[in-house]
Amino acid sequence: MNALSKDMSGPLALFANRLNTLTGAQRQSAAGALARTGLPDRKSEAWKYTALRALGKQDYLQAPAQVDEAAVRALLDGVFQAHPAMAALPRVVFVNGRHAPAFSVAPDDVDLSFFGQNAEFGLQAAPDRDPLVALNTALAEDGLVLRVPAGEDAGHLMLISLGVAQEQPVSFHPRHTVVVEKDAYLRLISVQAGQGTYFHNPVMDIRVEDGATLEHVTLQTEGAQAISLGTLYAHVGHKSVYDSFVLGLGGQLVRHEVHARLASPRGVVHVNGAQRLAGQQVGDITSVITHAASDCISRQTVRNVLDGHARGVFQGKVLVEQVALKTDGYQMNQALLLSPDAEIDAKPELEIYADDVRCSHGATVGALDDDQLFYLRSRGISVQEARQMLIDAFLDEAIALVVDATAQTFCRAVMAARFAQKGEA
Amino acid sequence: MPAVTQTREAVEKLGQSTYKWGFETDIEMDMAPKGLNEDIIRLISSRKEEPEWMLEWRLAAYKTWQAMQEPKWAKVAYPPIDYQDAHYYAAPRKKPGPKSLDEVDPELLRTYEKLGIPLHEQALLAGVEVPEGERMPVAVDAVFDSVSVATTFRKTLEEAGVIFCPISEAVKEHPDLVRKYLGTVVPAGDNFFSALNSAVFTDGSFVYVPKGVRCPMELSTYFRINARNTGQFERTLIVVEEGASVSYLEGCTAPMRDENQLHAAVVELVAMDDASIKYSTVQNWYPGDENGRGGIYNFVTKRGACRGARSKISWTQVETGSAITWKYPSCILQGEGSVGEFYSVAVTNNHQQADTGTKMIHLGRNTRSTIIAKTISAGRSDSTYRGLVRVQPKASGARNFTQCDSLLIGDQCGAHTVPYIESRNMNARIEHEATTSKISEDQLFYCRQRGLSEEDAVGLIVNGFCRDVLKELPMEFAVEAQKLLQISLEGSVG
Repeated sequence: MNALSKDMSGPLALFANRLNTLTGAQRQSAAGALARTGLPDRKSEAWKYTALRALGKQDYLQAPAQVDEAAVRALLDGVFQAHPAMAALPRVVFVNGRHAPAFSVAPDDVDLSFFGQNAEFGLQAAPDRDPLVALNTALAEDGLVLRVPAGEDAGHLMLISLGVAQEQPVSFHPRHTVVVEKDAYLRLISVQAGQGTYFHNPVMDIRVEDGATLEHVTLQTEGAQAISLGTLYAHVGHKSVYDSFVLGLGGQLVRHEVHARLASPRGVVHVNGAQRLAGQQVGDITSVITHAASDCISRQTVRNVLDGHARGVFQGKVLVEQVALKTDGYQMNQALLLSPDAEIDAKPELEIYADDVRCSHGATVGALDDDQLFYLRSRGISVQEARQMLIDAFLDEAIALVVDATAQTFCRAVMAARFAQKGEA
Repeated sequence: MPAVTQTREAVEKLGQSTYKWGFETDIEMDMAPKGLNEDIIRLISSRKEEPEWMLEWRLAAYKTWQAMQEPKWAKVAYPPIDYQDAHYYAAPRKKPGPKSLDEVDPELLRTYEKLGIPLHEQALLAGVEVPEGERMPVAVDAVFDSVSVATTFRKTLEEAGVIFCPISEAVKEHPDLVRKYLGTVVPAGDNFFSALNSAVFTDGSFVYVPKGVRCPMELSTYFRINARNTGQFERTLIVVEEGASVSYLEGCTAPMRDENQLHAAVVELVAMDDASIKYSTVQNWYPGDENGRGGIYNFVTKRGACRGARSKISWTQVETGSAITWKYPSCILQGEGSVGEFYSVAVTNNHQQADTGTKMIHLGRNTRSTIIAKTISAGRSDSTYRGLVRVQPKASGARNFTQCDSLLIGDQCGAHTVPYIESRNMNARIEHEATTSKISEDQLFYCRQRGLSEEDAVGLIVNGFCRDVLKELPMEFAVEAQKLLQISLEGSVG
């Protein structure tokens, strides 16, 4: 496969050594696709607002198998610190993309196995269309393979992905699969956290089968120097529900990309989110919701609060295929700019091929409302406190959409802890 | 109910299933050989007796164009265009000044008649002298293929100090003005089609309204694409000085034919302090037949620069024609407190494809923009609203409101909304909303219950749907536009 190396220019060159020594048809074909397209630049419509230049600045090594246990323990404690009750829930912990059984607490009522033992790539991910999925396909080492048996209510499960980079920047590319079988129920809480300079490139393949429900909350608290570019595919069956929420707080450059497909009638998809960024952070929430069957509902509410030089990106596409009659789609993206240097780029998109539909989207951008600030201040509340209240209230309208009370409390606690510490101005 | 009557009339007319404006005038043409190279550009320039700088400008644009790629991002599909397989220059043969209408080429008169130009205006257009003292409300600069056949009312306008003439003439007679502004809003290298236009543009209109003058009449141009295989490359430049204002109407019809034709116009508007420009378009070029054969490719770059404080540029468009539309009339809001507006109705039927919208670039403080876009898709057509609202760091207090509504008629068509919203100023406020739906069953039922046929009911509802835009059109255009909507949607219901 040495022929590939000459095509690996730019950021891709960093992975060339690993990409040139792959075995297996799927990995090789993914590496081939990657060599043809390269990593996306801003000329690519899907990456118009998010540049991957930052990725090219570091030489990312394959994450080593041995990691300092104390560092992992500290990170894990950090995850639970805001809301210790979470530590009681079953969890599967990944460290640098590899399953870490020593830190995990196995759940009951589910089938658990690992990609590292039996590499199954699933059918939804499209390495030929998405270069980052191709990179994952080529380099994935491990991942969660979870199956909730039909009819089972599996309760809560936490999927905790920790990145630990000590001297050298590392990259890891976990490949997760979650299947919620017919009429089953799962509340999945993904947490991403870490320290040091690392590149986290997960792909998650989700199937919510007929009548099943998956409530999925992703808490994005990656380390300050981390780049995290994740892609999630969700296949939603007949009368099933995929209810998702992402809370973006951490990382240097973070993209959370969701492809949800309503494949059978009467499915429901929620792709909600909130992000609160400051400093030089870039946070990108991108989604493509495909209505491929009739009588489905999709809802999306995303709220962004941007301070410092932070940049928020929202790209949300709702695609309604010709068969998807009686589609009900709604999408709303709102941004609050707190600083003169903050920026929001939003692209809500409707692509509609069926006539009997009701689809709408909205977007707003603005600053804190002076009248509201005045109202609070006239009641003796300090400027700082008043601003904090308004910001919290703004984000809370998105967090309130999290159905699962445990996850909702967790999100609120993490946010409160994070911004109380820093004493937001 | 006049709208209903109009619908019925319009639909009856279309019952004959011919394109109303589908006629072709057979007059002798003076035509350059097919193909595009430096020699052709030199030929165009020399035929138009242009000064040296103009030729150099064209050649530079041609060089730029050669290095550019045709844009592929729009949601339209068409077979590759062979830019060498077209004539880049065609001029109607000139006859020395006819004394009366009897001497005018009858084919030309018939064309005007079908276009609905009143007789006395026809005479003016054809260059016939008209008795003194007759005043008309609209000045017409008819672009018949590539050369302006005649310009009317120049005298009245001249008295007011307004210059309204073919751009080819302006290049010769007002070279300083043209040189100062041409290509400053849409630079030659702005995009593939603007570069092509800059290299080969044959004619168009030039308007200059001096300081403090309110243009005494609405200015109007009829564009037509007339000869086979002639790409049409119009160039329009409107400059409005401090405190002045103008309303400009552009209406387009084209004869029916099978071969696809390329139209790549460039329109540049410049508004100084307190100036205002209202630019209205009704575009109903031949959209191709019901099987998607033929039709015009309309790849247009329209942009206005609000350079002065409190200046205002307003675009209103009704787009019912063309096989493919690629058009984004934009405003660069540079002057403090300047205002940009975009009102659009885009209708596609059969196999038409439209990718149209606007760009509002907020550069100055307290700039405001409004976007109202109504999209109607029927048949097997695809219609996309693509719009950009960008607020730059210095545009404190900028304000945008955008509303995009799409209506789908039938289950074989597509309607898409692709807004780009970019804000880099915390004191800017942007609001965007979009909806897509079909005609409400309740509204239809309500109308049917009162004795309207389904087609009439749809006509009524569609007119209501577009009302916010149609009311922005000057009177004479509004009437034509309403009729056009009905005609365009014929056969899509039921």
